[in-house]
Parts: sequence; structure tokens; C-alpha cells
Amino acid sequence: MIRFEKVSKRLSGRVVLNEIEYSIEPGETFVIVGASGAGKSVSLKHMVRLLTPDSGRVWVGEDCVSEARGESLDRIRERFGFLFQSAALMQWLSVGDNVGLPLRMKKDMSDDQIDDLVREKLAMVNLGDAFDKHPGQLSGGMRKRVGLARAIITDPEIILYDEPTSGLDPVTSRTIDRLINRLREELGVTSVVVTHDLHSALAIGSRIAMLHEGRMVEMSTPQEFVKSKNEFVQGFLEAQYITTQGDWEKSETA
Amino acid sequence: MLFEAFRDIPIMVSPKHRHDVLHQQFLTAIKSLGVITVVGLFTGMILALQTGLELRRFGQEVYIGSAVTVVMLREMGPFMTALIIAASVGSAMAAQIGTMTVSEEIAALEVMAIKPVRYLVTPRLLAMITMMPLVTIYTNIIGIAGGAIVGQTQLGVSATAYMDNAAEFAANKDLYVGLLKSVLFGIIIATVACHQGFSTTQGAVGVGRSTRRTVVVSFLVILMVGYMVTRLFYQ
Repeated sequence: MIRFEKVSKRLSGRVVLNEIEYSIEPGETFVIVGASGAGKSVSLKHMVRLLTPDSGRVWVGEDCVSEARGESLDRIRERFGFLFQSAALMQWLSVGDNVGLPLRMKKDMSDDQIDDLVREKLAMVNLGDAFDKHPGQLSGGMRKRVGLARAIITDPEIILYDEPTSGLDPVTSRTIDRLINRLREELGVTSVVVTHDLHSALAIGSRIAMLHEGRMVEMSTPQEFVKSKNEFVQGFLEAQYITTQGDWEKSETA
Repeated sequence: MLFEAFRDIPIMVSPKHRHDVLHQQFLTAIKSLGVITVVGLFTGMILALQTGLELRRFGQEVYIGSAVTVVMLREMGPFMTALIIAASVGSAMAAQIGTMTVSEEIAALEVMAIKPVRYLVTPRLLAMITMMPLVTIYTNIIGIAGGAIVGQTQLGVSATAYMDNAAEFAANKDLYVGLLKSVLFGIIIATVACHQGFSTTQGAVGVGRSTRRTVVVSFLVILMVGYMVTRLFYQ
């Protein structure tokens, strides 16, 4: 569904992606982990052409997103929902207006139809009573859930999550994890998640890929990932106190 | 950006999106009225006092009516209005769009396939084009009234004599050229503010820089364009 073909990118003179190649299958939850500056978010932004590669191509289905322009780019982007790290809500709009914004700007729907759909999506993220609130009145976790409701308002095929649990307490993080899993089950969407949080990655991922200094050093199922002999993966696991498969299973059930 | 914003005007004046334009019109005009009233009033009063004191030496103080009115209509009305709007509304526009840029809200719009120029620039441009002439007319009225107050209280020129003299010498052309200037100044402010907002980098420091640049660049361009329009119509 999404395919990276030898994608390289330099930012401020530093190589952030170095001939990255991978593909994401329909319906899976593909998690990209790695240290800060490893190129995770840069990789995600290439999928919707917020960044373009210096070399290589990014494909979404049969469309080359890295070369798309104008309306063809819009059509590709309409297949995506994107949850930004900061949620990126418009501060002067109410929650209802934020979630309904893509419909109001792009679709020929009445206000009542938009409101009904917005309430339905807010209920899906357990924020049924937040319709008239403003982003400033919400906690970090609630803002992310509003961002998620906005990401799914157009029923996208693919949802991209940029650090969905960063800055959240562990309980709220697990709530977001369950939400991601539920959306995948209920909507059948393909999900791409960028995160530092290995507990989250192991709980939601069909496959986990690890980026290190612009290169993909590991790509495997969660079960294989925790057993990886790769030194960077091992270091990452140890840094989050996940040293054995037993620990992971404990964290998953917790 | 400006071409794209003008091209999208028909879309943003449709009933579905009119609310965005009305909101910007409210911010541009109504929220600035307080400061514009004070500045307009004192501009007219200062003009009347300075001119009147000189004219009194020749016993011609009754001409302050025409002096204040012509200067307000041609130059000071549009110019003072533009400076206030650039400093208050333009800087706020740049700060808002700049903050949106650094907090990924513009990127969010792009990912939602919503054109940031259509959603953010067109309503602001339309608000400026429509409200600047109205606010300028208001500034002119307040400025002329301020001149009349000074004429009556300090120069011994009655309000009737002041207004008769103003009506005798002020021409329709003065009003129209002033209003043309106000439209051009509005386009300048919206364009500079939105451009600076979209160009913002480096977080809160960048937002501050964009805000300052908006005011400085707008002032400079307004001065230059004001001179060129005056030269075009009065030389």
C-alpha cells in the first residue's frame, strides 16, 4: 500500500534518511521506532508529501506521492488521516468545528450532516461531550483524541500517527493504544505509527521497524523484535526496561 | 499567494464559507474602532491647530475647514488608518499564522487537502479590501470633526463656517483617491502579514520576528505606495 524506494533525505546538511526501502501492507499497523533524530517523523511526512525526497520515490498504491502535484496530490492526501504530535488543532475553533473542518472545506454537506458525523466520530474516541469546548479547555490526551477524531472524519484508508503517546501519562497512553487498535478493527484502516514508546509499539504493532541514523536496522513482528540480536534494538529495549520477552508480555497485559 | 487568494474569492464568499470572511471583517474593523477613533480625532485636532495657528497670522483661520478636510481625505485618513490596522490587525495576522506554521497547523491543513491560502489568506484579504475603505471613511469623519472642535474652541471658527469652507474646497476626487489608497493599503497589509506568517520558522522567537517584520515592511510599502498614488493623481 505504501512503498519507499531508496528514499534519501538531508536536512540542514545532515543525512536523515539514507536509501530507505520498505513497504507497508493494507490493514497492518506498522510502527516505526528509533531515537530522536533517527528520521521517524521525516519518514512519515514523506508519505503525505509534507517533505519530498532528495532521491528515491514514495508510492501510495499506484500513485507516486513524491512526484504528485495539485489535484492528484489532494486525491492522495484525502486517503490519509494524520494525527500530529501536537494534535495541531486550530485554537480558535471549537472541538466540533475542528473535527468537522475537512468536511466543511471539502465536502458538499449540510451543517446538520457534518455535526451528526462529528458527534459520531467524537463518540468513537470517547469525547461525546466535548463538541462545544475549545482546545485550550482540554488536556493533552483529550486534544490527541480530538486530533484522532479529525483524522478519521473522512473515513481514510490510512492513518498516520506521529508520536501519539508522547507527553501523556502511562494510563492515557494505554488508552490511546487501545483506541488505535479499536480503530484498526472497526474501520479496517492501515496504520503507520511513529513512536519512542516501545510498550506502545509492542501493544499495537503488526510489524515494528527501527530507524537508526537514517537506516532501517530492524523490521519484524513484535515477537521477533524483542528477541532481536541487533545491538541498537537491544539498546532501545534495555533503555525502556524491556529486556526479555517475559517483560514485554507483562507490560502488554498490564 | 496573492493571485491564488484573489482566485479563491468566489469560493470564500459562498454562503458556506461566508462566516470566515465576516469574522475577519469584524476583527479588522470593529475591534480597531476604539484606537482609530482616538487617533483620527487627534490627527484632525493637530492638523487644525497647526494649520489654524499659521493661518491666523494672516487672518485666514476660516480656511482650516478645507485644509483639514482635504488633507484627511487625501492623505492622513487612509495613511493613519493603514498604520493602525498594520500595527494591530496585520501584526495579529502574522502572529496567528506564524504560530500555526510552527505548531504544524498549516501542515495539518495541507494533509487534509485544505489549501492554506484559501482558508487563511482569502478571508483576510477580502476583509481588508472591504473594511479598509469603511474604516478610512470613519477616520476621515472623526478627523474632520476633531478639526471642527479645535476650530470652534481655540480658533474662533464656527462649525458651520468650518464645514462650509470644507465643502467648498474638498472635491470628490480627494475622497475617491483616498479610498483607492485604503484598498491598496489593505491588500499590502494582508499580503505582508500572511507572507510573514507562512515564512515563520524557529518557534516563538520566529513568531516575534515575523510580527515585527510585518509592521516594519507594511509601513515602508504603505509609505512608498501612498507617495506613488499621490503622484499619479495629483501631479
